[in-house]
Amino acid sequence: MKTNIIKNTLFISALAFLFSCGQAGDRGGNGALSSNIAEKVYVAPGERDEQYAFLSGGYSGNLTVYGLPSGRLFKEIPVFSQFPTSGYGYSEETKPMLNTSFGFIPWDDLHHPDISQTNGELDGRWIFANGNNTPRIARISLTTFETEEIIEVPNSAGNHSSSFITENTEYVVAGTRFSVPVPQKDMPISEYKANFKGALTFIAVDQEHGHLDIKFQLLMPGFNYDLSHPGRGKSHGWFFFSTYNTEEANSLLEVNASQNDKDFIAAINWKKIEEYVNNGGGTKMPAKYAHNVYDESTHTATSTMKNEVLTVNPADVPGAIYFLPTPKSPHGCDVDPSGQYIIGSGKLSANITVHSFDKMLAAIDAEKFDGDAYGIPIINYDDVLAGSVQSGGLGPLHTEFDGKGNAYTTFFISSEVVKWKLGTWEVVDRKPTYYSVGHLMIPGGNSRKPHGKYLVAMNKITKDRYLPTGPEMEHSAQIYDISGEKMELLYDFPTHGEPHYAAGCDADLLVNNSKKIYRIDENNHPYAIKSPAEARVERDGKEVHIYMSTIRSHFTPDNIEGIKVGDKVYFHITNHEQDFDVPHGFSMIGQRTSEILVMPGQTKTSLWEPERVGVWPFYCTDFCSALHQEMQGYIRVSPANSNIELSYTLDGDDI
Amino acid sequence: MKRAGIIMIIGSSMLLGLFVFPMWNIRLGAPQYPEPLGIDIHVNGLRGESEFDIQNIDGLNHYIGMKTLPKPDDMWEFSVFPKVVWLMAGLGILIGILGLMGKISPVLFLVWFVLMSILGALGIYDFNLWLVDYGTDLDPNAILKLVNPDGTPMKYNPPLIGHKKLLNFDAFSYPRAGGILLGVGMFLSLVSFFIGRKARLISKTVAL
Repeated sequence: MKTNIIKNTLFISALAFLFSCGQAGDRGGNGALSSNIAEKVYVAPGERDEQYAFLSGGYSGNLTVYGLPSGRLFKEIPVFSQFPTSGYGYSEETKPMLNTSFGFIPWDDLHHPDISQTNGELDGRWIFANGNNTPRIARISLTTFETEEIIEVPNSAGNHSSSFITENTEYVVAGTRFSVPVPQKDMPISEYKANFKGALTFIAVDQEHGHLDIKFQLLMPGFNYDLSHPGRGKSHGWFFFSTYNTEEANSLLEVNASQNDKDFIAAINWKKIEEYVNNGGGTKMPAKYAHNVYDESTHTATSTMKNEVLTVNPADVPGAIYFLPTPKSPHGCDVDPSGQYIIGSGKLSANITVHSFDKMLAAIDAEKFDGDAYGIPIINYDDVLAGSVQSGGLGPLHTEFDGKGNAYTTFFISSEVVKWKLGTWEVVDRKPTYYSVGHLMIPGGNSRKPHGKYLVAMNKITKDRYLPTGPEMEHSAQIYDISGEKMELLYDFPTHGEPHYAAGCDADLLVNNSKKIYRIDENNHPYAIKSPAEARVERDGKEVHIYMSTIRSHFTPDNIEGIKVGDKVYFHITNHEQDFDVPHGFSMIGQRTSEILVMPGQTKTSLWEPERVGVWPFYCTDFCSALHQEMQGYIRVSPANSNIELSYTLDGDDI
Repeated sequence: MKRAGIIMIIGSSMLLGLFVFPMWNIRLGAPQYPEPLGIDIHVNGLRGESEFDIQNIDGLNHYIGMKTLPKPDDMWEFSVFPKVVWLMAGLGILIGILGLMGKISPVLFLVWFVLMSILGALGIYDFNLWLVDYGTDLDPNAILKLVNPDGTPMKYNPPLIGHKKLLNFDAFSYPRAGGILLGVGMFLSLVSFFIGRKARLISKTVAL
């Protein structure tokens, strides 16, 4: 009898196990539901997505976080733009993040996110992104999902072939799209040719904290360095940049930079240059660039101006740089997961050019060169070419990989994604996109180990895909299931700003590392208070510092008198909650800045310069609790010559 | 009698589990708390099930005017209970050893069990008083002053054991490892008494 009970229990648990496995495996599997497209993107209420997708926001300056396969937006992370939602770039602590050698710049054009890697696989520590306009590289933490560091890139202009990382995150690489005089000087534009330079910048990443430091800048001929990708596996140690305008035109580029039948992919042996630099090579050049670092424990950013950069002249490191001829102004420059194939997408071509890393090394050994450009050897086209994909499409741009021997290339002009086989170059499938697709992203697709289940195509033109919203619309993205032989269009979703590229990873990589709160006992902000009992107001000449606490549902203090017209009033708000997802906000009537949103355990500072006598209210901007509406206070502002004493209270009592 | 002594030693040693594991747990779950808040009741104080649970429960309780949860110094129980546990465990182990050596009657095991049961009942009674006090002695200026349909003020004491709905919260109150070990230990002392008595009867019969 007893053994029967045990047996039955075991049997039932085994059944339960089978059923639970079946449920977990249903989505996107080959079960009875696989023909049901809606089921594949449906994430039921309360359930969570399988993967994260980080889409660049382009001219929004920010990075957006989506879930796959649902296409739901989770967060917009402010990076290069002021963001009133959180107070980023408005709070005293974050203003330094947007400092540059040109001064405070509240905006940039965020292009190419890339997740940190170890041994060529995504490790989920940080995500990097480039600001295209005023060249900058940002590092965003994947535990707080906040921007932690921004470094300006000197001698660069149009920071576009960025911010791609090497396979152990040794470097984040930033190449210039626009060549410029280096150093900058007053000279005729028409003397561009042979005088302008293209800086390719290798920024070392500190492995413990992720801190960025420019190791060297390679001053290349004055072409346009468009996109880049690292070598991986066998080609680790190399970096590949596509170029256009090898004609070195300085006007009407759409015609004048389209004259050469072939431009180049520049192959850079960065390990060789690193060795050269480590042995004292290179020339130090005066340069001015900002380095902004946000400290999680002080919740404060500091901006430091640097004044020197190490430059390397390609001629001084022979054997480190080669040009691979590539037809028709190549745009995308992608490397397959094995590191063997370098794919150049001539954007004016119908075909995709694939170079072989092995053939490149052999050609270099045998010196199969077809002349040189400014002393840099040009390898014979036929001696480096692995194959060419006769795509049947028009305007190839970018390629990602599924880790199963297939490549997927977007075609801007013919609005489609084409799937083709590495090695045989045959086209396997093609699916339309809506419309004029730019980048595409397969989570892990830019690593040794892609997670080839979903593909996201990011389009430039929306037209009729959604309900119309006037002339300006969000862009449109499509999700395809790529687990089968043929691609399957699953879903359309609007994207914020203009996504140029994206990075994605399995949810498991980040879920458990995502912070819930900041610990109040680890808050080292100089104006933090550890408990509401420490709340106070201090005057220092015309500066007034208010050490204010927030906890559901009141400010401490909430009545302040003795403030005068012409004062500079700093509200240092510490959120004393230690509970997940309980931020408090702060805003002051007539304050010429944004509100701030303070996370549990965090301190943020908002500046107010009162101009009018009166009694002015402030309130919490985040609906924090049932008594959120009661979370308010008053400040009495007296004339500049008033002798009202400074006082601060809560519920009529001194604190 | 040897076996009974060993069981008595094991049983009374199990009380020491109270110094490692929580005795009892009260857990509060609500729609906006998918990860419920929990209080682990240890013999020497209260601890949050997650690090900041006590602070967060106090934060919620201030709406209904409940006192903040007691720190170890706020209640005599948290200094007396550990002493009682040490004493009873020591006593149990001592009579277990004496039993093992055949120097005492197994009736003492029963005496220990009865004494422990009385102390346990007093403890539970005290615990209940404490719950009622916290659930009913509310700040008259509380933010939320709720009344039952019959007009009496609403009480917020969690159940002594089991489940109870408190406003939007589901409160669950159950023993944890320390409390379970205590129960098992007491049961074992009872077992040791019966085994010891049986062994005695047999040996007496044999002697006859």
